[in-house]
Amino acid sequence: MDVYLPIANLSVNGLVIVALGLVTGMLSGLFGIGGGFLTTPLLIFYGVPPTVAAASATTQVTGASVSGLFAHSKRNGVDYRMGSVMVVGGGIGAGIGSLLFRFFRSIGQIDVVISALYVVLLGSIGAMMAREAWQALRNSGKGTAAPRRRRHHPLVSALPWRWRFYRSGLYISPLAPLILGMVVGILSMLMGIGGGFLLIPAMLYVLGMSANVVVGTSLYNVVFTTILATMMHSLTTHAVDMVLVALLLIGSVTGAQMGTQFAGRAKPEVLRLVLAAVVLLIAFKMLFGLGVRPDELFTVSAL
Amino acid sequence: MRAALLALFAVFAIGARDPVLVPEVSQHEVQVRQGFKGTELLLFGAILDPAGRVGGQDYDIVVVLQGPSEPIRLREKERFGGIWINSDSTDFRSAPSFFAVASTRPIKDIVDEKTAAIYEFGTKYIQLSPSGVIDPVRQRRFAEGLVDLRSREGLYKENIGGVTVSGKVLYQARIDLPSNVVTGTYTAETFAIANGRVIASAQTDVDVKKVGFERFIASTAQHDSLAYGLIAVVLSVGMGWGAGRFYSMI
Repeated sequence: MDVYLPIANLSVNGLVIVALGLVTGMLSGLFGIGGGFLTTPLLIFYGVPPTVAAASATTQVTGASVSGLFAHSKRNGVDYRMGSVMVVGGGIGAGIGSLLFRFFRSIGQIDVVISALYVVLLGSIGAMMAREAWQALRNSGKGTAAPRRRRHHPLVSALPWRWRFYRSGLYISPLAPLILGMVVGILSMLMGIGGGFLLIPAMLYVLGMSANVVVGTSLYNVVFTTILATMMHSLTTHAVDMVLVALLLIGSVTGAQMGTQFAGRAKPEVLRLVLAAVVLLIAFKMLFGLGVRPDELFTVSAL
Repeated sequence: MRAALLALFAVFAIGARDPVLVPEVSQHEVQVRQGFKGTELLLFGAILDPAGRVGGQDYDIVVVLQGPSEPIRLREKERFGGIWINSDSTDFRSAPSFFAVASTRPIKDIVDEKTAAIYEFGTKYIQLSPSGVIDPVRQRRFAEGLVDLRSREGLYKENIGGVTVSGKVLYQARIDLPSNVVTGTYTAETFAIANGRVIASAQTDVDVKKVGFERFIASTAQHDSLAYGLIAVVLSVGMGWGAGRFYSMI
């Protein structure tokens, strides 16, 4: 099934794009992440121009996360106060991100920056997740409980001016989630991701939020950050391809439902190990692309 | 038709000894719409002999189809501290977005190098108008890089033997336009060559444009970007929410 993408200016196989959406949707249903970190690189491998891929992936992540957000909000799984602070940070971050995008594009290093960010972030987070999931699996086999960890990172307690976040069970400075939101906003603009795979571990291990609101609050933040990033891309890069987004969404909303169904039945440690493997795989593929002589040494940009 | 009449008129008016080319294209307008997978253009025409004889002289035909030119910056990656990053770059003021040349025989058998360069008979002769300080060696490296890149994208190509001449009067050439062509006006130039000399040339245009929904999307994204962004957000939120409702019902 050939579909012409009017912004990307090329014809693609629509079924491949729907299948790609399905896979990332399943990830989002299983783990509560948008799956943008998978969509963007895969679209680029498929031949979609990098800017169009990043812009359209952020729009798709919004859709993939919305239904999850409703589900979590119904069972009080969203800390709106915490989430809103992060969204404000995300807005500032998206603005900074679009300036950085323009700067790196003007010096011609945007593709290198994107690849490097993927390698560093996915590599470190994937390794962290793999280690943790592996330990949890071994522990559950032996029947010993995981060691009790500290509430939140000492740096977070050092910040001034504290607020109460009831649902998260925290009394911390709002600056911590604000900065976290800002970092995610910047990365969202640059990498075409929602940032869920960054937010969830950061909320658990840096902020120390209670686990039952982590996924919902992350989705809340992801939805709004990606909406901002979509608007920012529409206004600055003009690279959101509506046809591409619609195809991805058809796959990902279906995949998300399948993922949610499956998540109830699978062992969480095994799931996390699988996610870690996927994340590491993408990181290696990107690293390979940076380190090995590329097929094409030349790139064209319009003046 | 009008071109043919004009050409005939030209022959009688000037009484030139050189033949006249009457070119035509299968489509003067290529519509890029949903499902566009690229298209095949048939460039054909007739060689009118001044004396009115059929099949007088042997000609070679070269057809050059060029897409709209655009100023570009070409960057070259180099290994730097273990990773490949963009380092050197150069600007070209007019790089054609599409370039195809088809000929009856290998170009080097038809004309000498100088003539080939003047008429751009081949991807290595594309006039890119480099700007800034010009170092010939470096310039050649960049030009070859661009040609190689675009050849792999199917945007620059040479088709030797791609033109067939029947009865020494009618010629035809087929050129594939891939789906990733840019929109704009394409010019098809046809040259008749005998004894290493271009004896007649003619030009005709092809318009490639987006129509319908594709045109609407592309122009809205560019000119009404705020509305476009809002529609994209609504589409995405709506589909996500709708799917959630839909699947919770079944």
